[in-house]
Amino acid sequence: MIFLSLFYTFFMIGLFGFGGGYGMLSLIQNETVEHWHWLTSSQFTDIVAISQMTPGPIGINSATYCGYTAVVNAGYSAPMGVLGSTVATFALVLPSLILMILISKMFMKFMHHPSVESVFQGLRPAVVGLLAAATLLLCTADNFSTPTTDWWQFMVSCLLFVAAFIGVMFVKINPIRMILYCAIAGLVLLY
Amino acid sequence: MIPLIEEEVVNKKQWVSKDEMLDLIAIAQSCPGVFAINIATFIGYKLNKTRGAIATTIGTALPSFLIILLIAIFFHQFEDNKIVAAMFKGIRPAVVALITVPTFNLAKRAQLNKWTLWIPIVSALAIWLLGVSPIWIIIIAGLGGYAYGKLRVL
Repeated sequence: MIFLSLFYTFFMIGLFGFGGGYGMLSLIQNETVEHWHWLTSSQFTDIVAISQMTPGPIGINSATYCGYTAVVNAGYSAPMGVLGSTVATFALVLPSLILMILISKMFMKFMHHPSVESVFQGLRPAVVGLLAAATLLLCTADNFSTPTTDWWQFMVSCLLFVAAFIGVMFVKINPIRMILYCAIAGLVLLY
Repeated sequence: MIPLIEEEVVNKKQWVSKDEMLDLIAIAQSCPGVFAINIATFIGYKLNKTRGAIATTIGTALPSFLIILLIAIFFHQFEDNKIVAAMFKGIRPAVVALITVPTFNLAKRAQLNKWTLWIPIVSALAIWLLGVSPIWIIIIAGLGGYAYGKLRVL
């Protein structure tokens, strides 16, 4: 049943989502796109885009959007979709709620224990790998088209990718502004 | 988001001290889950135990939840509009680039050297090519870090 799957999946994402928003992104992408096919690759990229432009953490934004879209795509009505988004978002924050309360209650002193620190040491490089994988998994026909189906869109997409990368990484353009520029470019070049 | 939280919690409401806040931030960042929720739970618990934690969590999640829900419900009507579709065709490659940037920045912050570079490479390939779930990578990496820490002391 989809609601149980949503709950279980987003609970796991909330429990293992290390590395902040981007680390969690890799888990969300793997579960919602690759594993359950609740979202297509482009739907996932769309929610990341929307999340950049709206306030709030990407985890919550993705859970809400995915919960709604997954249920509606499965054929349910919009109010059921709202239930789906509620279940997903609740499941996402539940591990945090439990964990942080436990830590506040009794484990505060353990957070600085060398064993705990070494666990985090191991996680840090792995999260880089998670992000790299998410990036690679998003280089799809959904997002870029292919040279054979629509070479013009493919060329423009690659160009925008490089431009956005250089713009944000080196020229330090604000990400939201970059998205807007690329939206305009899309409108002009890909209408 | 951190400066915003600091301004409200430490300066205006004075619910925690600056030093305590820094400690909470460090822990909240290391823990899994949404950072803003983690911090909110800590502060909520400190002020009013479990009920406080629930209140702050709901408060933090609700605005995003409502905004995105509205967008999700109405996006469907706009998706097929030619103008919106064209804009998103331009947005999507940009978003992929926007995820590539933190990959490099995180790599810099993780201070990868020739001894540790294999970890992100193997993780990424396992997820991308073999379809291994990132959750397993997290578990293995955490255990590996723990084991390595123990071995170093020997």
